Amino acid sequence: MAERGVLGENMFGAREATRGPLNRYPLWRYLVILTVVVLGFLYAAPNLFPPDHALQISPDGSDRPIDALFLSDSVAALEVEDVDVVGSELMPRGALIRVGSNEDQLRGRAVLDAALNPAGEVRAFVIALNLASTTPAWLESIGGKPMAKGLDLSGGIHFVLEVDIDSAISKRLGDEAENVRVRLREERIRYVRTGDMVVGNAMQIAFADAPQRDRALGVLEEDYPQPNYKIGPAEVAGRPGLAIEIDETQIDEIEDYAINQNMVSLRNRVDEIGVSEPLVQRLGSNRIVVDLPGVQDASAAKRILDKFANLEFHLLAMPDDRPSEIEEMVYEGRVRRLQKTIIVTGDRVTNAVQGYDPQTSLPQVNITLDSIGGERMHDFTAPNVGHSMAIVFIEQKPVKQADGSVVPREDRRLISVATIQAALGYNFRITGLSAREAQELALLLRAGALAAPMRIVEERTVGASLGEENIERGMYAVGAGFLLVLIFMPLYYKVFGLIADAALTLNLIILVAVMSILGATLTLPGIAGIVLTVGMAVDANVLIFSRIREEQARSPPQRAIQAGYDRAFLTILDANVTTLFVALILLSIGSGPVAGFAVTLAIGIVTSMFTAIMGSRAVVNLIYGGRRVEALAI
Amino acid sequence: MKTPNFDFMGARLIATVVSGVLIAVSIGAIAFAGLNRGLDFTGGALVEVGFDGAADLPAIREHLGASGFGNAVVQNFGAETEVLIRVPPVADRDQSTIGDEIFETLRSVWPGVAPRRSEVVGPAVGEELTEQGGIAMLVALFVVMVYIMFRFTGKFAIGAVAALVHDVIVTLGAFAVFRWTFNLAELAAVLAVIGYSLNDTIVVSDRIRENFRIVRRGKPVDIINRSLNETLERTLVTSLTTLLVLLALLIAGGEQIQGFATALTIGVVVGTYSSIYVAANMLLALGVTKEDLMLPEKEAADQSS
Repeated sequence: MAERGVLGENMFGAREATRGPLNRYPLWRYLVILTVVVLGFLYAAPNLFPPDHALQISPDGSDRPIDALFLSDSVAALEVEDVDVVGSELMPRGALIRVGSNEDQLRGRAVLDAALNPAGEVRAFVIALNLASTTPAWLESIGGKPMAKGLDLSGGIHFVLEVDIDSAISKRLGDEAENVRVRLREERIRYVRTGDMVVGNAMQIAFADAPQRDRALGVLEEDYPQPNYKIGPAEVAGRPGLAIEIDETQIDEIEDYAINQNMVSLRNRVDEIGVSEPLVQRLGSNRIVVDLPGVQDASAAKRILDKFANLEFHLLAMPDDRPSEIEEMVYEGRVRRLQKTIIVTGDRVTNAVQGYDPQTSLPQVNITLDSIGGERMHDFTAPNVGHSMAIVFIEQKPVKQADGSVVPREDRRLISVATIQAALGYNFRITGLSAREAQELALLLRAGALAAPMRIVEERTVGASLGEENIERGMYAVGAGFLLVLIFMPLYYKVFGLIADAALTLNLIILVAVMSILGATLTLPGIAGIVLTVGMAVDANVLIFSRIREEQARSPPQRAIQAGYDRAFLTILDANVTTLFVALILLSIGSGPVAGFAVTLAIGIVTSMFTAIMGSRAVVNLIYGGRRVEALAI
Repeated sequence: MKTPNFDFMGARLIATVVSGVLIAVSIGAIAFAGLNRGLDFTGGALVEVGFDGAADLPAIREHLGASGFGNAVVQNFGAETEVLIRVPPVADRDQSTIGDEIFETLRSVWPGVAPRRSEVVGPAVGEELTEQGGIAMLVALFVVMVYIMFRFTGKFAIGAVAALVHDVIVTLGAFAVFRWTFNLAELAAVLAVIGYSLNDTIVVSDRIRENFRIVRRGKPVDIINRSLNETLERTLVTSLTTLLVLLALLIAGGEQIQGFATALTIGVVVGTYSSIYVAANMLLALGVTKEDLMLPEKEAADQSS
């Protein structure tokens, strides 16, 4: 084979080598590598500081201030029960107590709960399981943080809830159907009742004759414009009729609204459970993931998740109302008397947003009710203009029983009293609020109910002890596998094997650093991904070294190194790019364990390219570059 | 170290038969016995519990049977004190409480039982995952084929994809034959096998292409043989290091990654074999020639700069 004197350049190789001495890197390349190594060590370092188990106390309806005295009392209460307290601090809203282990944490929560929340009363403080950082402040100040652990490693509960979108759509269509009837009556168009107006994604209305139908078409075309709706003549129950179909984009909108609304409600509920870092996330088109790290009691968590808040609209009592029909509640320090009759409840609220009055620019809350709610609202308010209406917010607050179990209890709170200025309908507004009040009221109104029913379709609980065991075993496996490779390489490739070991170690550190910076969550499959990356990362070095060995047969050592690196480069690139494709496909399609594995694999491929090619070359150049070498220790 | 000189392609008829049999057995097992799909795909409930002594499996089965879980699968998991209970999805029943119920009924008889984990997956979720997994695999294969067609030629792409399909089928086949549980983690492993096997196939293909371009004389079969021999060292060393690591996972990684490690181990072994005997074999069968691999004008210019 004819020796080619000049080799193609590549991004990691050195064109300079063809002009200057072989196997020398310019200074800037060493500096780049050095910088990456230093950054790698810095950002991987926080993982050496495992966070402390901690208890976070925050007030929940209690007036007692959380101050130094409160904190020392709490710590004392824990120490009496032999809970290992390792530190405590006050936080902007609450306090944090660090304890020795997960077991101390669970026991500590029970102790604090007994001390701070008397049985039979509404909970005064939320005591949440938390993880408190132990990373040195200077590392945190440059953005260093340890990798978060997935539920399979930390223990906890994972729920997937499915939102029933179909019922959200049919509820919406039912409201629209009511609007259509009202509109037709207003226009004095005669339609024929044909049982259910809502069929699938469409409304169907039958008319007495074709002319009536055509008039209706003219009216409704304006109310239901393209492209959100498709409206057209159709035969309904053997009569001339109209079909109004919702467009896909409208359906997507209803779906998005329902999911987002349910997520807001879920977050409110999750806060009640006392988890410091819960995850509430949309999964695909109609599912919501709820991760509760550290929580162990699945049935208690489910009980709380099931209890959603609600709203009631009441009229304030008239002087001649009988006392038995009146409920008294405190609002802004004054006792208010409400009629017990409920005008509408929260599940009739389809939307509530904070806005501004276009004329006065004053903040207000715009409320939209569904058709039935709108009618009832109208019936109640029309004869009572000038009178006041109250909104009651009802929440299920956990109440501890004497036997330690927790039962939700209804907590009723008056959140708004407003004067009725006109007969109200589907859309009305509440004014006279500050911007903040308006925002909070809108949030509470939305938190009122679920936009669509949902049910648990997946539930996984990992015990804390199993989580710890998973970590131990995983780390042990990574360590053992890594060590085996580290031993094997120098045995087979001598000095070059040691260089590969250095590159491999560096790869592991950079991989951990990148995963920490990206905020990736470490899961069991993720650990497996790291292990596999270690095994496969060696491949690049093996390719290079076996090529150098081959080239040695026909070239002097320096040229063999050069040729080995250059010729292996394209092969490595091709192989890694295709594997990267696979990793990215896994990432985009898969979720859960598949995604965890894919993230690690993808990052590992990129970092291993850097360390195995550029990193190892730098060391090789330092050792062999620019001097007379008789034979390579390979 | 001297480059070995095995006549790999001389054994290609035998290899074809071996591969054919492997694939036939695998497809047969998958088609007739089916994959032993785990909870992630079938839906249902799974409870892992720890007893304070050795668990009495027959007694547990009997007790669960009497409590209305007659179709529960009860087995040891890793240690004799650890027990895994699987219940297939039940129609007309709130799935989400099954885990709690099983645990409670066990605790009424064995007060020392401790929960390790419990999982409940609705049947619809499982179906979707099965579908997603299948799509992921097909998309991966397709993208890989396009990339290789672009980097190499169509014949190499067919060879590589044949090797990948071979590896996936044989790995899945092993799971079907031995009735190992196939869950999401194992699916991830199979997809990783695609990645690994591809890596191997590309390295070999790369050398074949290189040799086709620089070796002036010689029949395709000789050039391929030579390429396989030249890359043999690398193929073996890489497979060995990967297997070393997988061995560590298999032995020390714990029950939960056992299936994952098993799938990968089979995949790595089969993948190493397939890059020699399926990909290269396919190239010969497709009649690869020098002309297939002539350098395009632009690349030729780059190389001589």
